[in-house]
Amino acid sequence: MSEIKNIKNLKEFSTSADRFEGANLLCPGCAHSIIVREVLNATNDDLILSASTGCLEVCTAVYPYTSWDASWIHIGFENSSTAVAGAETMYKALKKKGRLKQPERTPKFVSFAGDGASYDIGFQWISGCMERGHNMMHIVLDNEVYANTGGQRSSSTPIGSSATTSPEGKKSYGEKRNKKDMMAIMAAHGIPYVAQVAPNKWKDMVKKIQHGFAVEGPVFINAVSPCTTEWKFDPKDTMNIADLATDSLVFPLYEIIDGRELNITYRPKNIVPVEEYLAAQGRFKHLFKDEYKYLIKEWQDRVDEKWAYLQRREEARI
Amino acid sequence: MAFDKMELQKIEVWDGNRAAAQALRQAQVDVVAAYPITPSTPIVEGYAKFLADGYIEGEFAMVESEHAAMSACIGAAAAGGRVATATSSQGLALMSETLYQASGMRLPIILNLVNRALASPLNVNGDHSDMYMIRDSGWIQFDAFCPQESYDLNLIAFRVAEDHDIRLPAIVNQDGFMTSHTAQGVHTLSDDEAYAFVGEYKPMNDMLDFEHPVTHGVQTEEDWHFEHKARQHNDLMVKVMPKIKEVFADFEKLTGRKYNLVEKYDMDDADVCVVCMGSSVETAREVATEMRAKGIKAGVVGFRVFRPIPFAEIIDALKGVKAIAALDRSSPNGAAGTLFNEIAGALFNTDTKALLSGYVYGLGGRDLTKAHLTALFNELQANVDAGKVTTQLQQFIGVRGPKLAYL
Repeated sequence: MSEIKNIKNLKEFSTSADRFEGANLLCPGCAHSIIVREVLNATNDDLILSASTGCLEVCTAVYPYTSWDASWIHIGFENSSTAVAGAETMYKALKKKGRLKQPERTPKFVSFAGDGASYDIGFQWISGCMERGHNMMHIVLDNEVYANTGGQRSSSTPIGSSATTSPEGKKSYGEKRNKKDMMAIMAAHGIPYVAQVAPNKWKDMVKKIQHGFAVEGPVFINAVSPCTTEWKFDPKDTMNIADLATDSLVFPLYEIIDGRELNITYRPKNIVPVEEYLAAQGRFKHLFKDEYKYLIKEWQDRVDEKWAYLQRREEARI
Repeated sequence: MAFDKMELQKIEVWDGNRAAAQALRQAQVDVVAAYPITPSTPIVEGYAKFLADGYIEGEFAMVESEHAAMSACIGAAAAGGRVATATSSQGLALMSETLYQASGMRLPIILNLVNRALASPLNVNGDHSDMYMIRDSGWIQFDAFCPQESYDLNLIAFRVAEDHDIRLPAIVNQDGFMTSHTAQGVHTLSDDEAYAFVGEYKPMNDMLDFEHPVTHGVQTEEDWHFEHKARQHNDLMVKVMPKIKEVFADFEKLTGRKYNLVEKYDMDDADVCVVCMGSSVETAREVATEMRAKGIKAGVVGFRVFRPIPFAEIIDALKGVKAIAALDRSSPNGAAGTLFNEIAGALFNTDTKALLSGYVYGLGGRDLTKAHLTALFNELQANVDAGKVTTQLQQFIGVRGPKLAYL
């Protein structure tokens, strides 16, 4: 039987047996590996994992090596969700037929993908998996850019960010579009659980991952993953940037149950101005020129508005 | 087992799609992930209905695209069980990325490819442009000329593909509508006989063996990529043909129906012959018999296996022939036809004196008539008499407008 792993403190958590090895090629300071370890350490159950083409994939399974001590599959850029959905379908078939080698075990099926592989090219595949009700979890490692191909904009790239295909320049402040609201889109599928998480709030994350593993049906998790290379901050500051993301409410932490019930899971004691979050990253440096400062104000307004909306949703219980 | 067996007549009236669906049922496929497309849809509908009626224990995932269908098939096969699906034309085009991934990951998935033209212009009828499009994708390709063969080759395909020495996916081709929707008498095996022939699925590197975690779908660059591809090619070239022959022999023992890598008809003393695939083979055989009555020594060669290419068997089948017509049911779009090139490549270093010409026919379901084939055999005989190809090397037959000929 599946049981919820009891985790007392960070020391105990961080010394859990790793099924994702430190031996990988991710950049120093990359939040991907932190998030993946936090997810994997949230359970003692067997794991069937997948990754879409992207940083996580190219840095963890370069033949003849692998960083994964759990079954793992990569097919292509767009289909990590469907790869795991296929494995989960086979699990159901073999369970029915009494052909599982270890029938008493309760595996968890998890797909990882970047924001490009989730918000853009893999969007349809994820929607299909969520709609069909596979017993699986899709986790977006959301660094708001195509990092593996060198920093092109995705539909998760926020307005004002300088990406290589929406660069800032003499006549441009960079990306012109607001970030796509994947949380709302996924919740609209009516799936049992949708949540946003951040690596710095590890207790909140573990609780959500464990909740996701406990429910029957598809789960969507959006994890903010600060990218030292493309967000342009010092590798030692990953967790500081994550703190600024959650405490400025640019990345509010919340969950949506059954597509309806919204709960805010983290309320910063001291809300940090969005300006501080932006100022800490090179990708927003140009916004601090006089002619673009209005964008920072607009951004703060948007964050305030979204926060007010989330609170109203939470209160209304609808 | 908690499913019902089906009592079949010794001969059932099935079209090619029904025959394939029944073979999937008898093989007790664990997972089918599929997306509908004409004319292949009835195959997976058949599986879904067998499941709904309790004739199969398994799972059917009706996904949101063909790309997702093959993606789910790959995940399911890597998890460790028997997997099959079906598609045609545009569906195959959409899933083509994943076909290379399935074969590179050495996952023995069975794909029923009901051959259909590729747009544009959009067309739902049979030709071989889909089959040709993915010929380098590393899948084994069988070709069924009629519903009986659709049934038989599906059962055979599982045995070949899933063998631990092979571990490669396989396609069973049949012509859209001409085979897939044309009912004929099909000799059946009982459920027990068919399942005993196909055998239990034996997992290998299965993700669901939790004691032995496995990494599927790794990255290799210039240091290892070539070795992986070379090894896959080597297995296709060296291991697959003997395995197919072995399974064909076992199947003959069981059913009396004999299959060959290339199917020869009246080839022993043939002067002229047509080489083609799909339902055209049967038409060509009928015309060849008529030509014999008129004094022309005509024969027919059909490719039973298109990938890997039966190189030695092609050379052997065409030994002593004086004129050969390669019939391609796909627009080469700026080249000689695929069968033309395969045959030319096979014969080039032999001492053949055969005259080889190519014909493009039947695009988008256009009929290949007996009259076309009669004229074609006469043309081949004229080539033999003249001692040279009297026409251009590539001709289009059955197309309206002025005669099209090239090369």
